[in-house]
Amino acid sequence: MKIVVCVKYVPDATGERGFADDNTVDREASDGLLSELDEYAVEQALQIADAGDDVEVIALTVGPDDAADAIKRALQMGASGAIHVLDDDIHGSDSLATSAILAAAIKRAEPDLVICGMASTDGSMGVVPAMIAERLGWPGATLGATLELDGSTVTIRRDTDVASLTVQADLPAVVSVTDQSGEARYPSMKGILAAKKKPVEELSLDDLGIDPAEVGLDAAWTKVEQTVPRPPKEAGKVVTDEDGSGVGALVEFLSAGKYI
Amino acid sequence: MSDVLVVAELAEGAVAKPTLELLTLARRIGTPVAVVFGSAAPIAAKLGEYGAARILEVTDPAIEEYLVAPKAEALAQLATSAGASAVLISSGAEGKEVAGRLAVKLGSGLITDATDIGSDGSTVQSVFAGNWTVKASVTRGTPVITVKPNAVAPEAASAEGVVESVSVTISDAAKGARIVNIEPKQASGRPELTEAAIVVSGGRGTGGDFAPVESLADALGAAVGASRAAVDSGWYPHAYQVGQTGKTVSPQLYVAAGISGAIQHRAGMQTSKAIVVVNKDPEAPIFALADLGVVGDLHTLLPALTKEIAARKS
Repeated sequence: MKIVVCVKYVPDATGERGFADDNTVDREASDGLLSELDEYAVEQALQIADAGDDVEVIALTVGPDDAADAIKRALQMGASGAIHVLDDDIHGSDSLATSAILAAAIKRAEPDLVICGMASTDGSMGVVPAMIAERLGWPGATLGATLELDGSTVTIRRDTDVASLTVQADLPAVVSVTDQSGEARYPSMKGILAAKKKPVEELSLDDLGIDPAEVGLDAAWTKVEQTVPRPPKEAGKVVTDEDGSGVGALVEFLSAGKYI
Repeated sequence: MSDVLVVAELAEGAVAKPTLELLTLARRIGTPVAVVFGSAAPIAAKLGEYGAARILEVTDPAIEEYLVAPKAEALAQLATSAGASAVLISSGAEGKEVAGRLAVKLGSGLITDATDIGSDGSTVQSVFAGNWTVKASVTRGTPVITVKPNAVAPEAASAEGVVESVSVTISDAAKGARIVNIEPKQASGRPELTEAAIVVSGGRGTGGDFAPVESLADALGAAVGASRAAVDSGWYPHAYQVGQTGKTVSPQLYVAAGISGAIQHRAGMQTSKAIVVVNKDPEAPIFALADLGVVGDLHTLLPALTKEIAARKS
């Protein structure tokens, strides 16, 4: 059995995040890392590998040189190999182009199952897993709070505001898992050492048969016209509660704003 | 003016408020045409009242039986046959997935989580935990745009609202993810979290006791939210989580009680109009966002405030 896990290299959410001059995400300003939400996807793949015989887990990323760090993390956690789609023409690709590149790489790898995180922590659109399923014509069992594999059927629990759905699909399928699916493991020392010897296949757009004119910033089907940092918030009033002064301040604020 | 498809959603049998917001925005860029999955009869009058010239009713059983894909396929067919100039969908987990698949099918650009749409079709989005504002436009195909709740105040504008029952063809490829069971959740009786004018949220500082948070929320007619720490501790259901992996809210007033203000949480509430913070730790980063911050114990402050509000009401 072969599982492909899609992983993304993102700017650290706890650092400075912003835009470069061409209005794409600035990937130089701060250190990047494997999107935290993709760690849950890696974890679910590894749990399937732990429970089964002969399960191969391949981490797949599309991104610049530095995206190798995201792959490294997935390999350290326990993935058996990786694919890095790396091409200067990819810079500035929107979700449509990114999903097309991922789908082409997945087709080439011929996995039984694709596992994604629920969204990236930078773009946070949460649309790429559904787009990959659409492009492959495979079932999309997305946003699983749980994931179970039984033979050739995958089952997830998808929680909505009004109900909890049980969704099943036959392999090959694309699934995405949420941060409710279970804590991701930390790499062990053994895992860190082993990762250095694991195979990483680098692919270009040409290898995937994708015309460079169809991806990247110029080919994006959306155009970002302007990016503006939010002005820093003016410091509000802070009071320390003593002898009921806190409640007094709260009541005053709420009635001034006509909330009560 | 050309048709703008608006995907209508129901909440407890009535038109969901975000749908009225979409109709209001759709009027800026064209003629709103509502798409209803299921019976349109109970909501047709209201959709017409808010500007839907036509209402397309889609009742194919596949839409209820399979996840996401059939809706996208139906919309692609309707958008093509109507020659629609845009498709508007409410931002939510399902809405965004439908939009993503639809954009692939139509060969169109996609914008998610818009907070405004201009008359030229350009959108405004708030990104990186609300720290940046992005103005963008779709440059190819039929723009597919998902819009966040509370983007605009719904305005009535009477239109005909003629219901047309339309049939669509759902392919086998769209019938891959089978919904085999639905376990309804109990309604809280409080306003919907992403739509509420006021949200009162509790975090680690509640110590697991959400009663003071809920009581204050009820006194204010507010929705209840929770931080990831509170949800991860099993103190409150995930459906109420405010933050990057939960809901993004932008209410008139946000009350954060016992929440330290990790980036994960700030990403979900930073764009609230007014923010009140109650926290024992004066060093908590959430105070930087506060219009009013009170350093103190939520277990005494919240009940005292609730009592004071009740006293004012009577």
